[in-house]
Amino acid sequence: MTIKQLSIFAENKNGALYNVTNILAGANIDIRAFSVADTQDFGVLRLIVSDTDKAKAVLESFGIVVSITDVIGAEIPDAPGGLASVLKVVYENNISVEYLYAFVSEENSHKAYVVLRVNDNDAVVKTMTDAGIQLIDDETIKAF
Amino acid sequence: MEKRYYQKEIETASREQLRAWQDERLVKTVNHVWTNNEYYRNKMKNQGVEPGDINGVEDLWKLPFLTKDDLREAYPFGLMSKPMADCVRIQSTSGTTGKRVIAFYTQHDIDLWEDCCARSIVAVGGTRDDVCQVCYGYGLFTGGPGLNGGSHKVGCLTLPMSSGNTDRQLQFMTDLGATIICCTPSYAAYLAESIEERGLRDQIRLKAGIFGAEAWTEEMRRDIENRLGLKAYDIYGLTEISGPGVSFECEEQTGMHINEDHFYPEIIDPKTGKVLPMGSKGELVFTSLTKEAFPLLRYRTKDICVLSDKPCSCGRTLVKMSKPMGRSDDMMIIKGVNVFPSQIEMVLLNQGLTSNYQIIVDRKGSSDTLEVLVEMTPELFSDTLGALTQKEAQITEALKSMLGIMAKVTIVEPKSIVRSEGKAVRVIDKRKLYDNK
Repeated sequence: MTIKQLSIFAENKNGALYNVTNILAGANIDIRAFSVADTQDFGVLRLIVSDTDKAKAVLESFGIVVSITDVIGAEIPDAPGGLASVLKVVYENNISVEYLYAFVSEENSHKAYVVLRVNDNDAVVKTMTDAGIQLIDDETIKAF
Repeated sequence: MEKRYYQKEIETASREQLRAWQDERLVKTVNHVWTNNEYYRNKMKNQGVEPGDINGVEDLWKLPFLTKDDLREAYPFGLMSKPMADCVRIQSTSGTTGKRVIAFYTQHDIDLWEDCCARSIVAVGGTRDDVCQVCYGYGLFTGGPGLNGGSHKVGCLTLPMSSGNTDRQLQFMTDLGATIICCTPSYAAYLAESIEERGLRDQIRLKAGIFGAEAWTEEMRRDIENRLGLKAYDIYGLTEISGPGVSFECEEQTGMHINEDHFYPEIIDPKTGKVLPMGSKGELVFTSLTKEAFPLLRYRTKDICVLSDKPCSCGRTLVKMSKPMGRSDDMMIIKGVNVFPSQIEMVLLNQGLTSNYQIIVDRKGSSDTLEVLVEMTPELFSDTLGALTQKEAQITEALKSMLGIMAKVTIVEPKSIVRSEGKAVRVIDKRKLYDNK
């Protein structure tokens, strides 16, 4: 069980972030979570949005390079130690994480979510599920 | 494999013998041109040179250069050295960079040109048992007529297909079992694609391809070889000097043997015109040694390459030239190294990037800097920085191994490099060291 993440290439220049978010706003797409990784010259924006396919199509129509990446969304208690409980499983099972970020949802004020990008989704999904961690899918994201 | 040659006594002659031919033929050609061509005679007079000053190729440097501008100025008959009655054919350049250039041929000139093409066909393994499909254009362009004539001389069954009409090309290729194909490398790649699409791969009998008239890379060679199941060979030539077959590749595939008994090569510094020693990179200059109607002395090709006189395993003693690495008019000198936009473009295309790029040359303190802007493509993109920086490093490394100097690679957003209506602005030189035109 994975969720779809939008990955976007952006140069490190004025207005790059605004441009992307403004295009999404124009297409009435809701951003659930957002993270940026950058080097001196460019950045990669990673977004969880309400409609990934539509967002990709509209961004591409503006000439933006976009890809869809399958990532793992894990539900955690929005309380001290919540994130640590997932990272404990990651650590103990020697899972290599490319990157991660977290977000909370208005729907359920007791819950937070952590997004994990790993190399072997199937194996990690199994490990997480076996460890009793609740994973979310795209339907859950849409329902937020 | 048994080594085969079209004209063994010439192609494997001793260097001394070749030099003796070159000396004798140069003296003869200079006298012929002086007597029969007013345009070049005046150039020689302006430089204070007379035929008596030229006793062999060691005196070649004394002669004035000819350039494409001369050919345009002298158009159409100014550089003809035989009466029209002795000429049997013209060929012409495409004229894409200005006014067309016309070359004239006597029957003797056609024969020696076709001999050169025949040497190329035999060097790739061609015999009278082969079926040679020529898909270069026929007509004013030299590609079709040259290889057609060479194929006849070797005795191949020649398919004079000319260019285009891929369905017909493939039908004849399969029905007649073509074994040798002559075309541009890009058309070869297109044919390979068409063959795959139509599922004809197991009906193809090609063993060798002679691909020229265009710049292509080693990667493209391997790709064409794998997909068409043949060995791909390069061929070089220019209308001004005769046409394809001025030089040709042998089974070693490490450069093209120049038909030095007909065309004497020099490498010069394009800025100073000074002749450079064997192995130097510079502009290729050709002198006709045997042509009658249109013999050009010291014609500057503008192609930048390197000559090598290292012995070749094929047994040919003719010197080899590298693939042209660029055009002398595009050359930049960065950190003392000659750099051509075409070299950079070749690396970028090999790395899966588009041909939309920009080169920025600048000077920080006393040191030159080279930056290459390339556009991100969906194929290149990854959501992880590690993969992207690795790709950037890979491009940087490939550029360094091609150019010999470091270039900073900057990946920019698609379509952010300005497209121009006409010729693309590829190079921005901010150094103001030279008077850039």
